[in-house]
Amino acid sequence: MPLIELKKICKTYSETKVPVEALRDVDLEIEKGEFSAIVGPSGSGKTTALNIIGGLDDPTSGQIIVDGHDISTLKKDEMINFRLHHIGFVFQAYNLIPVFTARENVEFIMLLQKISKEEREKRAIELLTAVGLADRIDSRPSELSGGQQQRVAVARALASHPSFVLADEPTANLDSKSAISLLELMEVLNHEYGMTFVFSTHDSRVIKRAHRVITLVDGMIASDVLNTSAHEN
Amino acid sequence: MLIQLAWKNLWRNKKRTLIAASSIFFAVVLSVFMRSVQKGSFDYMIHITRSSQPGYIQVHGKEFWDKRSLDQSIVIDSKEQKQFREIPNVTSVVPRLESFSLISFGSATKVASIIGTEPTSEDQMTRLKSKVIAGTYLDNTSDGILVAEGLAKTLKVSVGDSIVLFGQGYQGMTAAALLPVAGIVKFNFPAQNEKSVYLNLHTAQWLFAAPDRITSLSFMIGNIRYLKPITGEIRSVCGNRFEIMTWEEMMPELVQMIQSKIAAASIMLMILYLVVGFGIFATVMMFTNERLREFGMLISIGMRKIRLICVTFIETIFISFIGVAAGSIIGFIIVFYGMRHPIRLTGETAEMMLSYGFEPLLTFDITPALFTDQVVIVTIIALVSAIYPLMFIRRLKPVKALHSL
Repeated sequence: MPLIELKKICKTYSETKVPVEALRDVDLEIEKGEFSAIVGPSGSGKTTALNIIGGLDDPTSGQIIVDGHDISTLKKDEMINFRLHHIGFVFQAYNLIPVFTARENVEFIMLLQKISKEEREKRAIELLTAVGLADRIDSRPSELSGGQQQRVAVARALASHPSFVLADEPTANLDSKSAISLLELMEVLNHEYGMTFVFSTHDSRVIKRAHRVITLVDGMIASDVLNTSAHEN
Repeated sequence: MLIQLAWKNLWRNKKRTLIAASSIFFAVVLSVFMRSVQKGSFDYMIHITRSSQPGYIQVHGKEFWDKRSLDQSIVIDSKEQKQFREIPNVTSVVPRLESFSLISFGSATKVASIIGTEPTSEDQMTRLKSKVIAGTYLDNTSDGILVAEGLAKTLKVSVGDSIVLFGQGYQGMTAAALLPVAGIVKFNFPAQNEKSVYLNLHTAQWLFAAPDRITSLSFMIGNIRYLKPITGEIRSVCGNRFEIMTWEEMMPELVQMIQSKIAAASIMLMILYLVVGFGIFATVMMFTNERLREFGMLISIGMRKIRLICVTFIETIFISFIGVAAGSIIGFIIVFYGMRHPIRLTGETAEMMLSYGFEPLLTFDITPALFTDQVVIVTIIALVSAIYPLMFIRRLKPVKALHSL
């Protein structure tokens, strides 16, 4: 059974004078352990697709099955709870809590999951070490570079033991070196821990490294190809 | 960790938090100061007024209060009086026989208020002895009289002179006597200083042909908060035979004056807190709006809206209570100092107070309500202010919030 399954997903934004069809009859399956990129030009619907997979937005029609659950039928509070336990998020603008240290930011999601203090601390330190920030555990976001902040965001996304991680343009705000370093980190996590990554991007460096590239154009899947060179790497 | 988050959030913008907390701080200090002075002054006024004559509670014959006639005088035997004196928190009980009569010396005649009393207990209640400015105070066997200073001046009498009292006694009997002036007493209250004459209770009973009779029994109590229970105890001793009146019933104009002043001060404090409330609301609004994206992120990663609302509520409570705590401490220090060192007024205000018989003092009072009321008011402000983040977060859509600037 696929980890993520989108069936005939349509999304129309009706708030504007002229309704905008962001997604049109999208059918998509993503398996566990994939390292996939949803790509396309601006306005193609990639962020909308990611939001719908993450349960942040409702489709106008269609069905979404994530980890065996039909999330299109979940109520708001059930959806929040589902996100907490099944989905890790990495945002374009890092979105860390500015008043917390790196460790506290990673711990926070586990607090929401009601994990014990000892366990939270232990796992937060492990994760921050895994993303290469063992020496910046007690630094606040303002004391970290963009790349380091995004690493903390990755550690936070993994802290809740999600089924998969959704990353919306994770490298958009990073310089070249930091972007490559982050991608390498995500690849390692995918390879060594089998963590599924789905990210939206139009960054060619990310696309090159994605194992599968799903291209959206005008809200429809224009192509869905395996990137064999990336696999071999 | 939620509390920790709320606390840390407060200090994202230190200046703003301190300004918001300061507005509450000053409001609390001002409010504590104003209410303390107000309560202290009113208690002082009540105490002085009460201890000047009728006491906190008075027992008298039915209809006496309206008719003020010796025919409404009553007999309360010594056993019953002893029972009254033994009621807990009753500090003194003064039996009095009061009437009006003409008072003459030489060619001058005036109408005077004749008050027959027990000198010892009268002094305990009204400190009459301390008001003697010439001659000597009465003792229980003395048959002299004390004449108020203003009246003595009008009659041109001095200590040692004998003056004529002439009036009507109990049940139409003639009351006439020639009594020596034992002393002159000075009262601050002009009306009292112009017409009062004090004499021993037994002399008055003889003068008015009313043996064993009194017109009133006045009670002084340790603290005004015991007023109701003591009134109940008095009623249980004397039943329905007499009328029992509290100071509020005897002096409705004083109660009315106090109530109107309290109302005026309350309106002022309400305006003050309204201004502070808007200040807090504006702060809460700012720190809510500027964290739109963060709220979106927190809801996205799985934080329930109710928990987020709790965090913002705790933040509002923190800001408010920093101000209340600091304001209460400083307010307490100020009013505590004021209690120990009442401020002496000067100028016109002082003269006006003196003319009413009050010492020109700004007195303070400390009660727990002075501080608990602030906590209640500020909690209400915090709760009202917390409605904004509550509505804001309830309506928040994480996708829109995440993509906001």
